[in-house]
Amino acid sequence: MQNVALSTKDLNVFYGEKQAVKNISLDFASREVTALIGPSGCGKSTFLRSLNRMNDLISGAKITGDIWIGDQNINDQKTDVVLLRQKIGMVWQRPNPFHKSIYENIAFGPRYHGIRDKKKLDQIVEDSLTKAALWDETKDRLNRSALSLSGGQQQRLCIARSIAVSPSIILMDEPASALDPISSAKVEELIADLKREYSIIIVTHNMQQAARVSQKTAFFLMGEVVEYDDTSKIFTNPSEKRTDDYISGRFG
Amino acid sequence: MIQSGEKPKVKKHIIEEWTGKIVTSLCIVLLVVTIFSMVYFVATKGLSSFFKDGINLGEVLGGSKWKPEGEPPMFGALPFIIGSFSTSILAALIAAPLGICAALLMVEILPKFGRKYLQPAIELLAGIPSVVYGFVGLSVIVPLYRDLFPGQGLGIAAGASVLSIMILPTITSIATDALAALPAGLKEGSYALGATRWQTLYRTVLPTTMPSLLTGVVLGMARAFGEALAVQMVIGNAPHIPNSLFESTSTLTSVITLSMGNTVMGSMQNNVLWTLALILMMMTFVFVFIVRWLERRAQR
Repeated sequence: MQNVALSTKDLNVFYGEKQAVKNISLDFASREVTALIGPSGCGKSTFLRSLNRMNDLISGAKITGDIWIGDQNINDQKTDVVLLRQKIGMVWQRPNPFHKSIYENIAFGPRYHGIRDKKKLDQIVEDSLTKAALWDETKDRLNRSALSLSGGQQQRLCIARSIAVSPSIILMDEPASALDPISSAKVEELIADLKREYSIIIVTHNMQQAARVSQKTAFFLMGEVVEYDDTSKIFTNPSEKRTDDYISGRFG
Repeated sequence: MIQSGEKPKVKKHIIEEWTGKIVTSLCIVLLVVTIFSMVYFVATKGLSSFFKDGINLGEVLGGSKWKPEGEPPMFGALPFIIGSFSTSILAALIAAPLGICAALLMVEILPKFGRKYLQPAIELLAGIPSVVYGFVGLSVIVPLYRDLFPGQGLGIAAGASVLSIMILPTITSIATDALAALPAGLKEGSYALGATRWQTLYRTVLPTTMPSLLTGVVLGMARAFGEALAVQMVIGNAPHIPNSLFESTSTLTSVITLSMGNTVMGSMQNNVLWTLALILMMMTFVFVFIVRWLERRAQR
């Protein structure tokens, strides 16, 4: 595999007694889109949330194993999660813009990290919105509330917001599943664009979407990875029977 | 033709529907009638001091001399208006940061401990009768202020301190509800951008919930504005504008409760007290309108 953006080694996640993710070791290529597919409750979202330590916010969650970015194990208690989350952005299923203007939503992250210069912020806002294919639609109303945008626009705003802190990896948890088909297609286009600069890991329930946007696919089942390979291979000629059963709709 | 021979009966569920409608309508009518007659009564009584007794509105609102028994009698209510506003605003200024911080602690920082111990404790605070607050204020706060500051310890500072404890539960419980009702995902969104907990609370949680938090503060102020007994016990009840926060003064409520028994119904002195009650009532309406306005902003 070419450059690895992030890799996990024997990653386990427990919620209290229940083990949600079992011994997962995966390498994620940089500047590619990796899709995580599998039935509900298979642990794919939990796995995704571990990668930027969002599971720390859930009381009772315990994560063991290693998550490597370069030569740094970010699952170490000594890791500064604030710096880590700058490097790994995240987008959720439901768009969650802040109750502020479009401009402030984007400028929010950079401000957290100490950028005060107005010109610099303006530039970041324009760049981020442009990359998220939202600049043309919003440039004349940057001071309007972000909540005045449509659902699809809000989701692209959230993507722009995570880009604004210049991460290298973006995690997406079903980013298009709450959107109508047209907005969904736009988000997919955007993902295809973004992979030129960012490594993207996306959880999706929509198998056509996984086939369309990703280069690699991991099939999760009961907290384990059944198969991880090139997307084209997974969807045409999977090695495991369980994968074949799932993608051809025999269960799940 | 199954029912031939039987009288057509009104079905049971229709009777139930009608009974429900009538009972609820009656309750509403009763409520509305009570409210309107109260407003009407206070207004006619309160306004009669202007129309019947010929007192000048400007004198009541702007005069600083209160001598209802004097020759000629003087009805300047400015000291009471100032007393009411300064005690309730000061009380809100003390209680708002405390209440909002307590709510933050209960919801965001120590949710388990907060829900189990702090919330019941604060609800308990709301159930203590105001006479007890006043008594405690008189025996603890007033002597404390007397020792620390020049003066007798009675006054706006003592009143505001007692009131701030009384309105703390209102502010805290409304703030707790507002914080708990924060749309899911906003906090995560902030954390995922690399914000610390402090930044998330300060820059995301507080601004988003601000209208609801302010609703609690205004409701607390309204309660402080209307509270009579506890304030009357610690404020000193001198009818003039004080020079410091530790000097005896009065509020609209305290002067009404103190003077009510000493006046004859229908007399000029009595009517002026009704005027003060009218001012109190109007102020409460203003508070309610502010709350309404804030709630509408919160829904955006």
